[in-house]
Amino acid sequence: MMAGFQYFPHTDSDIQAMLKRIGVKSLDDLYADVPEEFIYKGEYDLPDAMTEQEVREFFEGLAAKNPRLKVFAGAGAYDHYTPAVIPYITQRSEFLTAYTPYQCEISQGTLRYIFEYQSMICTLTGMDVSNASMYDGPTAAAESMRMSVAQAKKKNTVLVSSTLHPQVRGVVRTYAEYSGVTVREIASCNGQTSICSLEELMQEGDVAGVIVPSVNRFGIIEDLAGFADIIHAGKALFTVYCDPSALAVVKTPAEWGADVAVGDGQPLGIPLCYGGPYVGFMACRKDYMRKLPGRIVGETRDREGRRAYVLTLQAREQHIRREKATSNICSNESLMALWVTVYLSLMGPEGMRRVNDLCYQRSHYLYSRLLGTGKFEAVFPDAVFLKEFVLKPLVPVRDLQQRLSDAGFFAALETEEGYVSFCVTEKRSIADIDALVNALES
Amino acid sequence: MSKIIEGLKYSDTHEWVKVEGDIAVIGVTDFAQKEMGEITYVDCPDVDDEFARGEEFGALESVKASSDLYCPVSGTVAEVNDAVVDGPELVNADPFENWIIKVRMSDASELDSLMDADAYRAMIGE
Amino acid sequence: MKYYDKLIFELSREGRTGCSLPSKCDSCAGTDAIPAGLRRAQPAALPEVSEPDVVRHYTALSQMNFGVDSGFYPLGSCTMKYNPKINEEIAAMPAFAALHPLQNDLPGVQAVYEGLDRALAAITGMKHFTFKPCAGAHGELTGLMIIREYHMSRGDMKRTRIIVPDSAHGTNPASAAVCGLEIVEVKSNAGGLVSVDDLKPLLDDTVAGIMMTNPNTLGLFEKDIREIARLVHDAGGLLYYDGANMNPLIGTVRPGDMGFDVMHLNLHKSFSTPHGGGGPGSGPVGVCEKLVPHLGVNVSGFNGNFGVMLRAYAYILMLGRQNVKLCGKLATLGANYIKESLKDVYRLPLTQVCKHEFVFDGLTHDGSCEGRQGATTLDVAKRLLDYGYHAPTIYFPLLFHQAIMIEPTETESKETLDAFIGVMRRIADEAASDPGILQGAPHNTPVSRPDETTAARNPILKFQDA
Repeated sequence: MMAGFQYFPHTDSDIQAMLKRIGVKSLDDLYADVPEEFIYKGEYDLPDAMTEQEVREFFEGLAAKNPRLKVFAGAGAYDHYTPAVIPYITQRSEFLTAYTPYQCEISQGTLRYIFEYQSMICTLTGMDVSNASMYDGPTAAAESMRMSVAQAKKKNTVLVSSTLHPQVRGVVRTYAEYSGVTVREIASCNGQTSICSLEELMQEGDVAGVIVPSVNRFGIIEDLAGFADIIHAGKALFTVYCDPSALAVVKTPAEWGADVAVGDGQPLGIPLCYGGPYVGFMACRKDYMRKLPGRIVGETRDREGRRAYVLTLQAREQHIRREKATSNICSNESLMALWVTVYLSLMGPEGMRRVNDLCYQRSHYLYSRLLGTGKFEAVFPDAVFLKEFVLKPLVPVRDLQQRLSDAGFFAALETEEGYVSFCVTEKRSIADIDALVNALES
Repeated sequence: MSKIIEGLKYSDTHEWVKVEGDIAVIGVTDFAQKEMGEITYVDCPDVDDEFARGEEFGALESVKASSDLYCPVSGTVAEVNDAVVDGPELVNADPFENWIIKVRMSDASELDSLMDADAYRAMIGE
Repeated sequence: MKYYDKLIFELSREGRTGCSLPSKCDSCAGTDAIPAGLRRAQPAALPEVSEPDVVRHYTALSQMNFGVDSGFYPLGSCTMKYNPKINEEIAAMPAFAALHPLQNDLPGVQAVYEGLDRALAAITGMKHFTFKPCAGAHGELTGLMIIREYHMSRGDMKRTRIIVPDSAHGTNPASAAVCGLEIVEVKSNAGGLVSVDDLKPLLDDTVAGIMMTNPNTLGLFEKDIREIARLVHDAGGLLYYDGANMNPLIGTVRPGDMGFDVMHLNLHKSFSTPHGGGGPGSGPVGVCEKLVPHLGVNVSGFNGNFGVMLRAYAYILMLGRQNVKLCGKLATLGANYIKESLKDVYRLPLTQVCKHEFVFDGLTHDGSCEGRQGATTLDVAKRLLDYGYHAPTIYFPLLFHQAIMIEPTETESKETLDAFIGVMRRIADEAASDPGILQGAPHNTPVSRPDETTAARNPILKFQDA
């Protein structure tokens, strides 16, 4: 009856023996309770089954159709180097093929790396408590919007800075729309969140939370001095959206006086992979621990007094609270949390500083070389940037992008204002930068 | 057999009320704490929060469950028992001694609709 | 598995490193050129460890973990099927992994989205899918947003209630609440199915729709689905299909044909992508033709979890139209085989043929007697760990107090199932004669039962909180 398929171990005699134990004659009889009209009798519109070699060649063929470009773009996804060790660890099947650690006695590996992950997110952000991870940065920002509103009880407006990446503002707006929350944008001033605009919006009242970036969509490191006082005077939660790689050098959300830190862990060595899987992170001050959505791992002792780790504070979660839960999140991005935990272990404080130094040095080199071509004007000459920056193009953007792409570069993403952005990570060499500039000058 | 104290008022959601002037001292019953098992957290409101009768004012949490607390009388929170917030096991140890909140009542006549000890005993079937 | 006590931070020694980076040019400015007011005061307290330290540490942690590759994982409603290795190689191909999410003109990527969309449409009877949701619960939320969007686009603003059966996965009501919908619960009847009589009075012009999973969480096919669909549609509502239980239907029944308008799939359940210790998943949402204009709801940063999509597509191409027909049937065969082999020693409240999973309500004889507590479902689950199995889902669904929910999947052989059945019978024997063996379990795992109460009362949530 069966041609043999490598993932289905059943022989004909197995099937017969099993059917006999059940007391039915055929596999079809197992569906006798399904109304006949719902049994699909057609041929499935799927290709003929491929062998493993065929499927490999099929995807190699598809992969070859995509142009291979050197990435000089950021906009929320950053091409940092991935140390060789990481996939070897994350591919260990004890990690890869496990479910959520419900049975803690045989999940100490998962639980322990999540505990390490939480600890690392806390030291990067300066926050007291981190959850076990979220889907991505934008959804983590949306969860902080919901958490702010839940915390404030009777207030229903959340402010987002217009200097946040568009995908962050977009996802926050989506979640807000269906939760009946009003989202208002704080204007920008010289490429940074305008503190005057913030004050005006706060004075109008009803503000439950405020989300601003630490390094913004122009690549600028924002000066958030004074923000916390204004936001807390209005009894709102202060959330900072951050690049965790940059947090190794820039002021932390805690140092700015924030209550919640969110962002995307992708810059910590996760491959671009056309947008996912990445990992969102979310951390907060201890006061808000019980309102933090998502899974949280805690340390305790087993019956013999050995250190052991468990999912804890579960009474906040959907499987217990159902419609009263703070969030519907169930899965986190556990394996990607392991990815960034291994990355941060390998890098250490010194490695993280050097990555940022290289990004700073090389992006500033590209910045001055691009200005030297005469094809761009500076937009925010006084702002401090780390690895990403915007320029005003003096030539049509489409021509610029086409020329760069023809020369093998993905760069010059257009912003809402018509500027173009560039990003340089430690993966791009000085020679790469010179080649990019030459492509524009030739 | 759960402990029930004479002279207190009881709600059908297992809160008890002790009246001290215009203040209602509110806690959970022995029956409720037994049903919950080991309480790990008591979620309390803030002082000055207002609640209508029957409105949720907080929750008890155990490792695998969560149970909402409902305000048996309308009013404003006058005091929160920080001791049970810091030591939720106190509610297990003595749920009558370890009250949760004190509410300044806005309508003392609501007390009449609560149960007395006998009625509550009958309700829980003990 | 062996116990290992260290955290990576405890291996740290000042001056060690596990990375290799080019040097910065000495004459160029680095981050010390950033004004002090924008810099953090102290470096992050990350560990300083060498590469071999890192590899040994995480290898040791992995040895305290159990995955599908370690052994049988009959976790109900989680569909822990084998995760093919070729899929991992495909997802890691540099020509995919190096693509920036905002790159366009990528014909190879376009072909993956279109091919997977078409394949999932063929398997489910839906018209098109969005791939932005990153997990099942995220898919539920997206699907409900699409339902609300549909009603609002027709000017039908008052549909803000959603009907959810009492047997639903906990995420259903949670997702509905996040979507701003009011939840109306419909009870199951004595047979464990949605009661049509109880449903009827709930239907009016404020109902946005109903969320169902079919087969339901008891593993039973909702055979009145035709009538339910007619009633809900006549009332102007839509039907949402929770794809968590799609596995038994693959190759035999299509949700679209049963009248469902919107559904999500868990690619990490039905389509073999690894669960990764709790993600990354992927929760594409499919819709019928009239909802296609509303598929664009923006719920995540970029293009969904592309790496997970590659794995699922590779799996479907290997299934092909030949093997797909057996997928659900073999899963159903395995579940019924276990059920029939154990129903004398575990209580089976609902005896009819099940689909991919079924629910026992505890032991038939828990060993309790005068002065002795009997063994509970938790004890059975913990004892299974001693015998080298992952435990089933326990205490869910909530309809039974001692629920044990077993889902074997189609990738497990008869020998594996027979061995599991043997162990389950042995545990039942142990319970009857000495429940203490179960109550003290697990005995052979890296740690014994942890003190979860203390963990929740005095949370230690990061290194050096203690």
